[in-house]
Amino acid sequence: MGLDFSVVPGYLDTILIGVLWTIAITVCSAILSFFGGILFAVTALYAPWILRLPVRFFAWLFMGTPLLLQLFLIYFGLVELGIDLPAFVAGVIGLGLHFAVYNSELIQTAILAVDKGQMEAARTLGCSRGQALRKVVIPQAVRDVIPPIGNNMIALLKDSALVSVIGVSELTLSSQLAIGRTYRPFEFYAVAALFYYIVNLGMEAVLRKIERKTALSR
Amino acid sequence: MTEANKFVDIRHAQKSYGELEVLKDISLSVDRGEIVAIIGPSGSGKSTLLRAINDLDPLTGGEVWLDGVQINKDLPYRQYEKHINAMRQQVGMVFQHFNLFPHLSVRDNVTMAPKMLKGISDAEANALAEEQLKHVGMLERIDYFPSQLSGGQKQRVAIARALAMKPKLMLFDEATSALDPELVEEVNLVMKRLAEEHMTMIIVTHEMDFAASVCDRVIFMDKGVVVEEGPPSVVFQNPTEERTREFLRKHLSQYAEGAK
Repeated sequence: MGLDFSVVPGYLDTILIGVLWTIAITVCSAILSFFGGILFAVTALYAPWILRLPVRFFAWLFMGTPLLLQLFLIYFGLVELGIDLPAFVAGVIGLGLHFAVYNSELIQTAILAVDKGQMEAARTLGCSRGQALRKVVIPQAVRDVIPPIGNNMIALLKDSALVSVIGVSELTLSSQLAIGRTYRPFEFYAVAALFYYIVNLGMEAVLRKIERKTALSR
Repeated sequence: MTEANKFVDIRHAQKSYGELEVLKDISLSVDRGEIVAIIGPSGSGKSTLLRAINDLDPLTGGEVWLDGVQINKDLPYRQYEKHINAMRQQVGMVFQHFNLFPHLSVRDNVTMAPKMLKGISDAEANALAEEQLKHVGMLERIDYFPSQLSGGQKQRVAIARALAMKPKLMLFDEATSALDPELVEEVNLVMKRLAEEHMTMIIVTHEMDFAASVCDRVIFMDKGVVVEEGPPSVVFQNPTEERTREFLRKHLSQYAEGAK
């Protein structure tokens, strides 16, 4: 039996809706992971121990266990505690927090690498430590880690396929749906791969644009 | 007593890093409008003393007073932070390596602190930036980023940034040491203009010519103590201390070698 891609156009709308869900979940999770990463980084470095320790524990938990398990825990596990999240929300929280922990590691290193003179200059103008961090140190640290954070975001896009298992009908699940009807796994998985690749290219273009925009401020 | 009239008053300043004592009971005062140069070999403690004035390097003993208020007051942490931030607003500081904020335009470098700390409007902040940048001859670079400026230009912006807080006192920590020789003069000119406007300045420098032509008083430090102080004409031409003479001899010969 040969390959037959002629079945694909009939399911193109299903696939494209899947692409849109993939983009939606990636963008929402990316935003959560970015700001969550900054928040975790600042907490891990500067907060009193009563906040720092839970964040450390949380980071350890999210880095040391599989993302798939985390998604199960958030979507199925929390129901037992009376927290019944929609699949999309559970997916965004799981992916967002998971990558926030990785972003936080990058941002912490970058904060510590910002020249000490920057903090000193802000302090001599009369800024408090918090003001200096917010206006001077953190913006520079974030600017410095845009490329590696971008890499994390591309990994996030690919790992977004995992939320298919909790029933978000993104690209992977839509392809499986089409396969279920047509019994053509190669064709639809290949098409899905192609769409992941295209979305990936789009993301890389956006990242390059951001990097270029911040080039002057180095 | 005259104590109250002293504008900057350093009393028995002492600083140790463990066993190493870098400032040994230094007392000196600076009058309002006075321009003082601190010279001395590296490791003499001159930068440490300057940085102790706004408590960037806290003293381990002694007091620093500005205009009748003690800067390094012994207060609980939160109160101290509030106090020191208010005091630092009155003391401008210029660093050897400029420390401009690279992620902000020249304009925002100048306006960031006044906007955040004095709550001025955008329009006022813009006017302030234009005024201060014009003062240092950098108005036409207002929308540039620091990475697009030469070292001398960066330092002039850094001076404008400090002046935008309308300080009572300016501290210069080797402001021209990191500059290429041909860029030193433009920064010196800005500092000279400030001197003519009677800004009170304490200048740590290696440039004897500048100290001699601009400053009212020269303080020579070595090994954590003030060895000699007086008007530049006396300290440079008729130093009474052997250590001063030795330093000047070395420094002048260094200059001569550099010129070859």
